[in-house]
Amino acid sequence: MKMADLSTITSAFQEIKNRAESHWRALYDSGKPVIMVGTATCGRAAGALEVLKAIRGELKRQNLNCPVIEVGCMGHCYAEPVVIISKPGYPSICYGHINPVITERLVKEFILGDNPCFEFVLGALEENDLVPSFSDFPRAKYEKRVILKNCGHIDPTEIDHYIAKGGYSALVKALQMQPEQIIEEVKRSGLRGRGGAGFPTGQKWEVCRRAVGEPKYVICNGDEGDPGAFMDRAILESDPHSVIEGMIIAGYAIGARYGYIYIRAEYPLAVERVQVALRQARKLNLLGNHILGGDFNFDIRLFQGSGAFVCGEATALVACIEGKPGIPRPRPPRMATRGLFAKPTAVNNVKTLAFVPQIINNGTDCFAGTGTEQSKGTAVFALAGKVVNTGLVEVPMGTTLRQIIFDVGSGIPGGKRFKAVQIGGPSGGCLPEAALDLPIDFDSLTNAGAMMGSGGMVVLDEDDCMVEIARYFLEFTQRESCGKCTFCRLGTKQMLEILNDITQGRGKIDDIGMLSQLAEDVKAGSLCGLGQSAPNPVLTTLRYFRDEYEAHIKEGRCPALMCQDLVAYYIVPEKCERSCDACVGTCTVEAISANKKRIKVVDQEKCVKCGTCLDACPPQYNAVVKLSPPSEVPGSE
Amino acid sequence: MKTVSLTIDGKKIETRHGEKILWAALENGIYIPNLCGLRDEAESVASCRLCFVEVVGKEQAVTACTEMVTEGMVVNTRGAEALRMARSGFELLLSSLPMDCAHCVKSGSCELQKIAHHLNIKLKSKRFRKLLRELPIDDSSSLFTYDPNKCVLCGRCVWVCRERLGVGVLGFANRGFQRVVTTFAGEPFGESKCQECGDCVSVCPTGALTFKNGKTEEE
Repeated sequence: MKMADLSTITSAFQEIKNRAESHWRALYDSGKPVIMVGTATCGRAAGALEVLKAIRGELKRQNLNCPVIEVGCMGHCYAEPVVIISKPGYPSICYGHINPVITERLVKEFILGDNPCFEFVLGALEENDLVPSFSDFPRAKYEKRVILKNCGHIDPTEIDHYIAKGGYSALVKALQMQPEQIIEEVKRSGLRGRGGAGFPTGQKWEVCRRAVGEPKYVICNGDEGDPGAFMDRAILESDPHSVIEGMIIAGYAIGARYGYIYIRAEYPLAVERVQVALRQARKLNLLGNHILGGDFNFDIRLFQGSGAFVCGEATALVACIEGKPGIPRPRPPRMATRGLFAKPTAVNNVKTLAFVPQIINNGTDCFAGTGTEQSKGTAVFALAGKVVNTGLVEVPMGTTLRQIIFDVGSGIPGGKRFKAVQIGGPSGGCLPEAALDLPIDFDSLTNAGAMMGSGGMVVLDEDDCMVEIARYFLEFTQRESCGKCTFCRLGTKQMLEILNDITQGRGKIDDIGMLSQLAEDVKAGSLCGLGQSAPNPVLTTLRYFRDEYEAHIKEGRCPALMCQDLVAYYIVPEKCERSCDACVGTCTVEAISANKKRIKVVDQEKCVKCGTCLDACPPQYNAVVKLSPPSEVPGSE
Repeated sequence: MKTVSLTIDGKKIETRHGEKILWAALENGIYIPNLCGLRDEAESVASCRLCFVEVVGKEQAVTACTEMVTEGMVVNTRGAEALRMARSGFELLLSSLPMDCAHCVKSGSCELQKIAHHLNIKLKSKRFRKLLRELPIDDSSSLFTYDPNKCVLCGRCVWVCRERLGVGVLGFANRGFQRVVTTFAGEPFGESKCQECGDCVSVCPTGALTFKNGKTEEE
């Protein structure tokens, strides 16, 4: 870029930055308490919009004129809805599990009065002498927030908030560098694609830059479809500009003219917030022609994907944008040489792009300084399932599974025993307790038979049947298979049939061999990543939990008491209380009756195994038990 | 024109630069099982997953329709791994087909019979369970019959109709196991825009599309 352009760019941005900073400062300079409500999808699901309404209503009733800001997801999804109150004289305090009633109290007692309502406090954002801060939490030792740092702390619909927090300064810095220099920086940082496969980002960009064809494209893959994964959604909803900034830098580095953000239509809030963000960036000339007055032209369009898991596969995703059915094609040619509209295209995951501004701003050493030898930087996981602190976690690569699940996630609720963790969604695998001390990075997970995937982490406890988990994921991939290639279309179907048989008590001993053979063939023979990784849940459960498969087949027993066809409900006569009829009343099919001694008995013929009697039996008796195999019921055949 | 020389199953072959192994082999009389490929397609479909071959220096078997020839390449079409993959794929296909050769007009010229013979597999293979879909047969065209149950979803008919003829009566519908070759909105051929050129029937490797009245494929 010419020198004249450089000064234009820096002065144009300085003006934008000054305005943004004064806008941000004005929030706090008024001397009024600032209230932030987490209204990302996770918060909304827990009732954040009602809380927001209640806060606004109560402030109005009290004639208070405090700024109320909607922010994204802080990652503490287990405590949603979350509200942060920054009152002068107090640290910024985050409250969890808020409802409209608590809201009223917070306004009356803390905003009007001086009582910070300690009973609802989750933690303070900064260290202080009044309330424990998040940095005092045991999890703080393991967490390192790089791309999540703004999430939950700024209004994602206000570009000024992002800029005031240092946003778009990486773009300005990048525009003063040579494109090759940026690629070199990204390569040196060791950044690998966060979509799952872990391909070196810089290398991808370099191939794309050198490839022949104009215009070139950058695509942000936001088609997050793994069950239990919500990292990309949270980032797009909470800090959309970080992704957009990363995309513009990527565009400049590879010499692209256009970008597409592909977001699944099932993420309406992410779509809305990205749309707003794009509009704002365009208005400030951070996007469009002659960005910041320089000679770089780049614009981004949003594309809504409509409901197919396979569209997360890059070739299918590109086909979708072209207006064709979302069906993968063989590679090579690679996307970087022949992608969208047959032009060189860099397809990057949401998180990968969000890392780019951080690398440009803080230098490659800062990024490469964390993580393991082969996997640099931090990884974002969506912690879900049987774990106390569900939510978003960002930790350095190389953190162990045990640290994530037990230290950050606070372990398994209800005193249950950990059984496995399912990583990487339907493409990943289930790792057992023995793998808990595995330092997580791309390669260690692949070696263990799982996959980093996009970062979904579903924790399973002793009540989860591993055969059923494998069956569940296979049913998912089988349903989501596009049907183009033989192995994926028919192989996953055959595997599902076998797994259905095993979980329903019709398994044969040869099934295990057939299943693992089929799994290997589908893995090796499928056309795209969906089919190639679809057998992973089956392969890993066969590898680590073979005994459970054998129990189902040989004994008709489900060790986790989960497979309905292999369990029976039984009322232990010695424990059953004569005067209690709780189970009789709740049984939906009238399968429970009292005998002459007023002891309740389950008619196994009538029982539909819904489990309501188990829940209904008062804890002091605890007379209803699940037995597997059903022949364990005394008196049965 | 630049040529490349390679060895397939011990036979020295010269072929065009940029050619795929599959076509180089077939042109030189070396058979590799295949269903979805058509010579004039610009890009391989690679959906049938039967043309697995082994290439010296590559860890895994590769599909011959996508792998480009390189100078000095050594290809083995009958390697154990390649055959295992081809057999597995083929048996999966068989598991979804009714296999009623005795009553099928295609019998004798059916690609499935040829592949079964080549791979030494019984057409009534019992390795996998039968998963049939029992779809209705479309007999409405005056020229041909379409039996979707015998379709292997190779897509040759879709390609000729759309790309070669520019007609586009045929297309794929549905996902996964339910994927099917069909007309727009599933209307019968007789009521569709089909011009009855019969090219789709000529390229069909199985008994899914067959000419009526014992007519054979037009040369």
